[in-house]
Amino acid sequence: MAEIILKNVTKSFGQIEVIKGVDLLIKKGEFMVFVGPSGCGKSTMLRLISGLESITTGEMTFDGEVVNNVIPSKRGIAMVFQSYALYPHMNVYNNMAFGMKLAKSGTDDIKQRVEEAAKLLQIEHLLDRLPKQLSGGQRQRVAIGRAIVRDPRVFLFDEPLSNLDAALRVATRLEIAKLHHDMGDVTMIYVTHDQVEAMTLADRICVLRDGYVEQVGTPSELYEKPDSIFVAGFIGSPKMNFLDGEFADAFDCTTLGIRSEHIDFCDENPVWQGEVVHTEDVGSDNYIFVEIGTKEPLIVRSPGRKGSEYGRKVGLKPQDQHLHRFDREGRPIR
Amino acid sequence: MFDFSKELDLEAQRRRAAFYFLAPMIIALFCVAAWPLLRTIYFSFTDTSLTNLYGGEWIGFDNYLQRRELSSGRVIWRGTLVDPAWWNAVWNTVRFSVISVFFETVFGLGIALVLNAEFRGRGWVRAAILIPWAIPTIVSAKMWAWMLNDQFGIINDILVRIGILERGIAWTASIDTAMTAVLIVDIWKTTPFMALLCLAGLQMIPRDIYEAAKIDGVHPLKVFWKITLPLVRPALMVAVIFRMLDALRIFDLIYVLTPNSKATKTMSVISRENLIDFDKFAYGSAQSTLLFAIIAIFVSLYIWLGKVNLSGEGNQ
Amino acid sequence: MTRTPWEWTKLIGFYALVVVIVVISIFPFYYAILTSFKSGTAIFEINYFPVDFSVQNYITVMTGRNFVRSVINSVYISGFTVLLALFLAVTASYALSRVRFRGRSLLLITILGVSMFPQIAVLAGLFELIRFLGIYNTPWAMVLSYTIFTLPFTVWVLTTFMRDLPIEIEEAAIIDGATPWNIITKVFMPLLWPALVTTGLLAFIGAWNEFLFALTFTISETQRTVPVAIALLSGASEQEIPWGPIMAASVIVTVPLVILVLIFQRKIVAGLTAGGVKG
Repeated sequence: MAEIILKNVTKSFGQIEVIKGVDLLIKKGEFMVFVGPSGCGKSTMLRLISGLESITTGEMTFDGEVVNNVIPSKRGIAMVFQSYALYPHMNVYNNMAFGMKLAKSGTDDIKQRVEEAAKLLQIEHLLDRLPKQLSGGQRQRVAIGRAIVRDPRVFLFDEPLSNLDAALRVATRLEIAKLHHDMGDVTMIYVTHDQVEAMTLADRICVLRDGYVEQVGTPSELYEKPDSIFVAGFIGSPKMNFLDGEFADAFDCTTLGIRSEHIDFCDENPVWQGEVVHTEDVGSDNYIFVEIGTKEPLIVRSPGRKGSEYGRKVGLKPQDQHLHRFDREGRPIR
Repeated sequence: MFDFSKELDLEAQRRRAAFYFLAPMIIALFCVAAWPLLRTIYFSFTDTSLTNLYGGEWIGFDNYLQRRELSSGRVIWRGTLVDPAWWNAVWNTVRFSVISVFFETVFGLGIALVLNAEFRGRGWVRAAILIPWAIPTIVSAKMWAWMLNDQFGIINDILVRIGILERGIAWTASIDTAMTAVLIVDIWKTTPFMALLCLAGLQMIPRDIYEAAKIDGVHPLKVFWKITLPLVRPALMVAVIFRMLDALRIFDLIYVLTPNSKATKTMSVISRENLIDFDKFAYGSAQSTLLFAIIAIFVSLYIWLGKVNLSGEGNQ
Repeated sequence: MTRTPWEWTKLIGFYALVVVIVVISIFPFYYAILTSFKSGTAIFEINYFPVDFSVQNYITVMTGRNFVRSVINSVYISGFTVLLALFLAVTASYALSRVRFRGRSLLLITILGVSMFPQIAVLAGLFELIRFLGIYNTPWAMVLSYTIFTLPFTVWVLTTFMRDLPIEIEEAAIIDGATPWNIITKVFMPLLWPALVTTGLLAFIGAWNEFLFALTFTISETQRTVPVAIALLSGASEQEIPWGPIMAASVIVTVPLVILVLIFQRKIVAGLTAGGVKG
């Protein structure tokens, strides 16, 4: 529901500058994911938008209104925390109603909103339980429910899945995606360090590194046209192969990047030749590790789930249209 | 850069709330601590008396040290700093503090080591050692005064029965044993506190360190000196300074257990005696100011030398 | 499990040590109880085990000499002091543990410093203040003066407890629109009540046991607190110390404390170490 604009935003804690000048536009109703390695400033970005931290310099607007000094509860945001942060001494109903009670809303109004949210999340039967009587997944739902009851224009998620086990994580991911779909025009901002989560959930992804925005774009833009070596290496699994030295010189660049699925086996006129040192069968695919003289072995996705025995000599050929060439600064040559 | 003066951001709002939250406490502490302290220091430079609190006049350092030249040409020095009774009290206080804290630390650490071992009934033992701590000081002074009674005391009875003493001694009344009596009671009463603090320190040491040492076949004594002691040292340092400060200001136990004994009179006891009982209000103020100064210097030195992290902020 | 003789020796030695610790800890209290139930001249015979059961000493204490009055004074003074300290400390320790502001460490150190104050150093100044306020020889003199140690203590301990509460719960409350006052009353207080009880109990014990101020700021027997009453309990003549009634009085004022301490054992240890080791 809200369009958020950040103009040259910085944030310092004492002497340390954590966010070093960020310009960003988050569109109405968009699902934006902040992703990056730990310490990149992604959580700080979320806290700046929430108002839990105030920005040091720059300007932030929600729908054109400057919110630099507006306290969190007046920004129309709701936040789902990594640890769920439910109030341990209140039952689920009161957890969800707390904000409305503080805002002195009518009892009937509160009841209606809480019950609607509970129904949406299928936690109606848990309303009079205490948080400690709930499973991790149920707590997560209550935390989301508490956010829904606030009827926010911006939904903030701070690594909400990192405390769940793998199976539940996938299920909850699906539900968050569904929630975004159902709630239509609510802007959602989601922080994660997991690039798979980012790729699957996001309308657009914002990759952060050392307090700077590295690249903003749709998942496929980031995957296909990374703006830097960093983004190229961060997005995608397995990691993109990087070659330098004479391998890169042959393609007229400082670093050559090529994804595992863009390398073909070929016995005639191979570009690279090497020896299989390892294979990984992940079920859907087979990844072949080929030693061709680079620092790390090249990872090649084997088509048709064909394995390959250790020590076999193979010839490889990259697909020309999928080569990523980077200059000395790590910027792409296009 | 921008003008957002209309709105207070979250941090400013919280800081303002913090100010209102802290103000009553700070005012209260000012009234009961800072102001009386300043007045005590002021009184020490006057000749105020108990009966005429507002009639005192400024006499400078005379309560501390005063040089008087008699008409005969003889020079006499007066004041607390040349008062043998004061220096006797200083010596008693220091002796009492050092000895009691030393034994409390050793016994406390020993008991903590025992309680840190796993055995049946550990909870009961811990409850039992809390009892001396829970008993009011005055009550324990009276209980021990009775037990240390020269004629009917059970301590003399035990010592005579097992042949250590030939006949009972007047523990609290005799000049030679009064300090020992005070030390026994104080150590008995305060060791539990030390033991609990040491135990908390010991329990923070991860168990697997001991298991690793056991697998390596390290001798238990060596484990104690090389692992346990260095690891509990920070907790022990803090406990020792707390106890030391407490010991330096001791009053109630001595006042009740060995009243008027020259061998145990401490700085607090002698100050109060002058302040209230002898109506040397200003003189007593000077002595209590000196006690405050000594403790302040001791704390500063300790913090400075030991680099003790008292606020616990760095760990967060 | 079989043990070698050496292991047996170690085990027996260990338990002997435990027994010695326990006996030394509880014997004086046991002996006080034993003495308090002896009547008349039986008190001057030394016994290690109960031989007599007479409540004469208890009757003497309870009926005479304002002792009951002293107990009421003590309960009233200690209770009121603790409530006052807790009231001031809860908000103050929220500010100290949760809000970043300049000078916070200095303020904490100062508060700790006040709690280590030698009480004698403020005695003269307090005496003047109490005379000035006209509360000499009233319970208010004690309530005022006890604040010097109960307030820093409660602030310090509650600050350490509050620092341990998860920050995200507070942030969730902020986003829900809670003011700092709402956070304290609606979120932190319900979570901290065990800590409040413990801290209050420890401060209560401190106030209950105080002697110097109570001795100095009261003059009439009816205004005395329990420790002063026991310390100054005298017999029919100057020379004769009434040991029986003194022991009975000691038992009366100690038993409730011991029971409280045993009930709250675990919490007290946590409170003491919060004020000690971490502090």
